[in-house]
Amino acid sequence: MSGGKGAKMAGGRGTRLFIVPMAMVAVLFVAIPLCYVLVISFMTRGDNSTIQAIFTAENYRRLLDPNYARVFLNSMLLALWTTLLALLLGYPFGYCMARANRRWRALLMLLVIVPFWTNALVRLYGWKILLQANGPVNAVLQALGLIDQPLRMVGSYGSVLLAMVYCLIPFMILPCHSAVDKMDWSCVEAARDLGAKPWYAFLTVTLPLTLPGISAGCVLVFVPSLGLFFVSDLMGGSLMLVGNLIRDQLLKSRDWPFGAALSVLLMAVTVLIFGLYRRSGGKDLGVF
Amino acid sequence: MKKRRKIFSPVYLTLLLVVMYLPIVMVVIYSFNAGRTIGAWQGFTTMWYDRLLANSLMGDALKNSLVLAAWSVALAGVIGTLGAIGMARSHFRGQGALETLSTLPMMIPEIILGMAYLVIFSAVGIPLGMPTLVVTHMTFCVPYVYINVSSRLVGMDPAIEEAARDLGAGPWRVLLDITLPLVAPAVASGMLLALAMSLDDVIISFFVTGATTTTLPLKVYTGLRNGGTPEINALCTLLLGAVFVLVSLAQLWQARQRRRQARDREQANRNQPDRA
Repeated sequence: MSGGKGAKMAGGRGTRLFIVPMAMVAVLFVAIPLCYVLVISFMTRGDNSTIQAIFTAENYRRLLDPNYARVFLNSMLLALWTTLLALLLGYPFGYCMARANRRWRALLMLLVIVPFWTNALVRLYGWKILLQANGPVNAVLQALGLIDQPLRMVGSYGSVLLAMVYCLIPFMILPCHSAVDKMDWSCVEAARDLGAKPWYAFLTVTLPLTLPGISAGCVLVFVPSLGLFFVSDLMGGSLMLVGNLIRDQLLKSRDWPFGAALSVLLMAVTVLIFGLYRRSGGKDLGVF
Repeated sequence: MKKRRKIFSPVYLTLLLVVMYLPIVMVVIYSFNAGRTIGAWQGFTTMWYDRLLANSLMGDALKNSLVLAAWSVALAGVIGTLGAIGMARSHFRGQGALETLSTLPMMIPEIILGMAYLVIFSAVGIPLGMPTLVVTHMTFCVPYVYINVSSRLVGMDPAIEEAARDLGAGPWRVLLDITLPLVAPAVASGMLLALAMSLDDVIISFFVTGATTTTLPLKVYTGLRNGGTPEINALCTLLLGAVFVLVSLAQLWQARQRRRQARDREQANRNQPDRA
């Protein structure tokens, strides 16, 4: 931010007032709702989705219940696997993209972004068609003689994981691409000139230099993957994730204080991840 | 080694792109499937498109989505741009906190805000419907505009504004004639991203929509949860078509913009010696 220049800049002092609408939105529609969630997470549930203003820590104690703890653990594990797979698939893609020649690069970038622009639900539905028992993937596998019976893929853990990676991989590819793109290649050349084998040069020069892109990508994939409740739903998985649990507490069990406590926990995990990211020297996210 | 990488790179890029596009292609192909379920292929038909167009609920959902996106993106465009300019020009205690708070909706899992809105709107007694949808969509659209515009402002040469002021332009004149035109591309790209987010949003809409207002993604969501119908396929295909047209137009526009910039620069370079 170019603060300090103050009134000398365009618009004079009046431009300070420009912040007002955004500050109002931030307070009214971000700070207050989130604080309210925090408050009701300490209250007692009333009948039919009402909240009684009686202080309790019971909602948080319930989070320790093995059933709920397992849901949380499942979500974390799924998010972790999603991030890992997205990294393993997305980093090489971003790398190759950055190394491609200029004309191709613009096209590749466009091709990566277009699916991201299309509705996530639509794309998941496409996977469902592909993976169904009498769908194309099974047909191909059977024609090749690799399997006798169609595989039951829809609803499996693998299919949910695949769908998660598929939804979020652009968030990994873009920061990795821009990190590789901005990297100073003379460093790698120097390492190669000094006799480093390509893989060794990659591990000791390229990888550390592109680490900011990798960590940005990991945060951008991991955090949203914690909350995507519809993926497991639509892939027909019976996998219960934090997102599903929060939704059910709000709309089915009608236990809003407990739903709020779950949200607070999710928020705490998110803040922790961002904190770690910032501490490790991560730059602002959101600008690829 | 060099040769091996030359082969590996295009092969890998192509492979992953094919996997990325395969499901999209499937949706399009199966929208022409005569079968009632998404199951096996049973012949070609355009029946589902006719049914879709005859379905007025779909029309309403589409209209709602477009109205919602237009309002929330327009509001977010104004608020985010003003916010970015204001923040770049001022310097106060808590500025960092305000920035974090404003961009938070983009960072945290959507479900947290979704549930927060549902709970607080019902506590305050605001009925759910289009107004709540617009306000919440606007809130998560602001960061996309704000971040794009601020990074553009940071990269901008302050000498341009100073030059205008030295030539006697008042502060508002500089803002309107210099700053805003310079950040316009960033505003546009931020709003475009916000538009994509608004049109695509399921989670927040899911919580703040009323009983009578439904958006297109919500329609798709409920349709798919109930197993999916070929009509949904047809709808998705139309959505895909719209996205491809929009993206192509945006690309063409950007390419033209780039060409024009290059031309301007060239001209400026040519004029330089005369001025000196």
